[in-house]
Amino acid sequence: MENHNAPLLEMRNIKKDFFGNQVLTDINLTLQPGEVLGLVGENGAGKSTLMKILFGMDVIRETGGYEGEILLNGQPVKFNSPFDALVAGIGMVHQEFSLIPGFTAAENILLNREPTKKGIAAEAFGPRLNTLDYKEINRRAEAAIDKMGVKISADMTISDMPVGHKQFTEIARELSKEQLRLLILDEPTAVLTEKEAESLLQSIRSMAAQGISVIFITHRLHEILAVCDKVVVMRDGYVVKESPAKEIDVPQITKWMVGREVAAGSAAEVRDLSGARTILSVRKLWVDMPGETVRNVNLDVREGEILGIGGLAGQGKLGIPNGIMGLYEAGGTVEFDGKPIPLNSPRKCLDASLAFVSEDRRGVGLLLDESLEWNVAFSAMQIQNKFLYDFGLFKWRNESAIRSVTNKYISDLQIKCTGSKQKAKELSGGNQQKVCLAKAFALEPKFLFVSEPTRGIDVGAKALVLEALKRFNRENGVTVVVISSELEELRQTCDRIAIVSGGKIAGILPASEPSEAFGALMVSQVI
Amino acid sequence: MGKTLENQNRLLGYVRSFGTPRLIITGFVLLLFITAPIVGVDLTMQIGNVINRFSWNAVLVLALVPMIQSGCSLNFGIPLGILAGLLGGTLSIQLGFERFGVMGCFFAAILLATPFAVLAGGGYGWLLNKIKGGEMMIATYVGLSAIAFMCMMWLLLPYTSPTMVWGLSGEGLRTTISLDGFYGEALAGFLAIPIDPENGLYFPTGSILFFALLAFGIWAFFRSKTGTAMTAAGSNPQFARASGINVDRMRLLSVIMSTWLGAVGILVYQQGFGFMQLYMAPNNMTLPTVSAILIGGAAVKKASIPNVIIGTILYQSIVTMTPTVATAIIQTDISEVIRMIVSNGMILYALTRDMKGEGSR
Repeated sequence: MENHNAPLLEMRNIKKDFFGNQVLTDINLTLQPGEVLGLVGENGAGKSTLMKILFGMDVIRETGGYEGEILLNGQPVKFNSPFDALVAGIGMVHQEFSLIPGFTAAENILLNREPTKKGIAAEAFGPRLNTLDYKEINRRAEAAIDKMGVKISADMTISDMPVGHKQFTEIARELSKEQLRLLILDEPTAVLTEKEAESLLQSIRSMAAQGISVIFITHRLHEILAVCDKVVVMRDGYVVKESPAKEIDVPQITKWMVGREVAAGSAAEVRDLSGARTILSVRKLWVDMPGETVRNVNLDVREGEILGIGGLAGQGKLGIPNGIMGLYEAGGTVEFDGKPIPLNSPRKCLDASLAFVSEDRRGVGLLLDESLEWNVAFSAMQIQNKFLYDFGLFKWRNESAIRSVTNKYISDLQIKCTGSKQKAKELSGGNQQKVCLAKAFALEPKFLFVSEPTRGIDVGAKALVLEALKRFNRENGVTVVVISSELEELRQTCDRIAIVSGGKIAGILPASEPSEAFGALMVSQVI
Repeated sequence: MGKTLENQNRLLGYVRSFGTPRLIITGFVLLLFITAPIVGVDLTMQIGNVINRFSWNAVLVLALVPMIQSGCSLNFGIPLGILAGLLGGTLSIQLGFERFGVMGCFFAAILLATPFAVLAGGGYGWLLNKIKGGEMMIATYVGLSAIAFMCMMWLLLPYTSPTMVWGLSGEGLRTTISLDGFYGEALAGFLAIPIDPENGLYFPTGSILFFALLAFGIWAFFRSKTGTAMTAAGSNPQFARASGINVDRMRLLSVIMSTWLGAVGILVYQQGFGFMQLYMAPNNMTLPTVSAILIGGAAVKKASIPNVIIGTILYQSIVTMTPTVATAIIQTDISEVIRMIVSNGMILYALTRDMKGEGSR
């Protein structure tokens, strides 16, 4: 029996931790039929995890489930798989498309739910040999497309469609399910042009008018205000604010998104190095890094400073170091110490005394199957001929020099391991990160890029890593550029912070500026 | 109680690190050595045979190491190196290098094979760099097509040496060529120690020394700067690239090394065996070689000199001992069956292990 007075969806005291790392704390959420709820928050605030819980994704169950209750129409529900959620009338459109390129929109919309007709073969061999009823498929697909109030041809193949139409096809697939009552849209406008986004917002409104509730996740805050009835702001796994959309504006939301409880923001000892010379100058840089496209970056880094680069995910902040260091195809000009650095050649950058600690620790940063000794010494050995016996024609590894440098960094950075011969894959994330730093330090660079140094590591290790970076900067006079999604971390470590938005530098401010100023820059040019 | 449990766990750990199949094969080989005297097989003779066969095959197995280390996986294309070795061998005979003695003839064969091995290895390496991830399958077909191509060439190339060409027509090479008077026993005869001279059984000191020399060379290479870079390129290509290593060049170099060692390997094999086999024969070397190194404990991306030595001894023990022991027991020759099961089974096992590793990463 459905209780018609109860809200469509109610989440009560939802808690979730990943291996002791609390990501969601006491989340309460209610949603009425036909209501549009905007969910906003920085990356890592817990939005996606919350939606995964609601949608019954496997990853939640595999990591120990969640605490709290979910009620649908007043009935407690527990989804063990997305299929259960689908049956209960919840649909989700993910950021990545899951469409078959060679099929038409209609075929994709009704995939695996095709209406069928009986044929001769089916009479003989049973219903598995029913034939597809294309007329009915097209009719139902068109009905679903109409619900959105847009014009898409149902018999166009997906591979011929512009991105926006693909997005609409995905949504139409959810709408074609008759039982659909709640639709979750995870950054649906990220790939759309402004015009397409506008018509998507239009269709969200028309869906709501038909009684379908929508949870809308996006970084484009003005869209939230344009379409939502209610806005929920999340930060660090808490709901920090829930408010009717009419009563708030973009600056307010930004403030809630980035502001910290502790008026923390105590940007420790920010130095003003405006007198220092420019050591790295980047002009018109573009980088073709999937998901982190850099469009046009102009940036000057001063000698001896720690510069932070922040911004929302997908805006291109990671593309900057990866492009300069030659790991992804890039163009533009980069000058280091007065000399131009050729792009697309990791070797040339390393030869010029630049070093890079990659955000992809396990993929790019480490030799997982080799010992710590190899991990620490390898780059310095190959680039600068350190730790080698030179026999002229042959250069042999100097194992004892390698061991001693590794042991030095193990004690300097407090790397927890059984010894310098332990394999890198056996260490924890935080210690692996320290090994990556040790590798870069062993190169004794003049300039260091560190990308997401604290991603996926615990609080204690975070502090150590950041401290090590600061020390390296202060004691050796090395210029450091830290790229991180966590603004607070940048504010505590850096002298200046550049915010990347839409593949460009939206602005550079001293780290002592309040969080809101950075928050505003983050969303200023989001595409 | 707790102590025994701990011991049990430690034992299980050893077993796991050694690998179940390797344990079974080692057990089987030991069983063969124990049964042999009981069923009346001459053990000295058997051990002598194993040593000899080891000396023939070890260099071929060693040839797999560079490519495994650089991440080009198992060299199923080893026939390419073997064919280069065959060209070197036949040319050495054709050009009459036997006048410089057996050693002269043998080393001339290596020198003559080298340019072919380097050229073929270069092309093969270039191809493997184009199809990263599918190396093993491509390698297999490179080997097969090279063999097919050379089958034609053996008939068409203008060889004239009467010991090599067909007697009646006077053109086209024979399938099997005796190396007596050319480079047969070139190494095996060097400082040979008699074991059972009546049955013609000697300890092939020269062959073993030659293998030791090459193995030392490979070991030393992988301690060098370039060798380290090659290993890193195999272990994590992205890491190597970010450290300024030209991964493709490392892979190319490893393929050339493997191919050249394959050429030397087949010449070592021939001088011990006493015959040169042409046409389809190189194909019969691939699976035994690959499975030997896998039995020795190599993974698809990691191999060492001990893997080569242990693997070759175990594999050759099975191949030489099974027929004699089995025939003595059940009066039926099942050696070929066991050889097939071991070779193919071992390769299959290693490949499934590899897939599991990749998935869990």
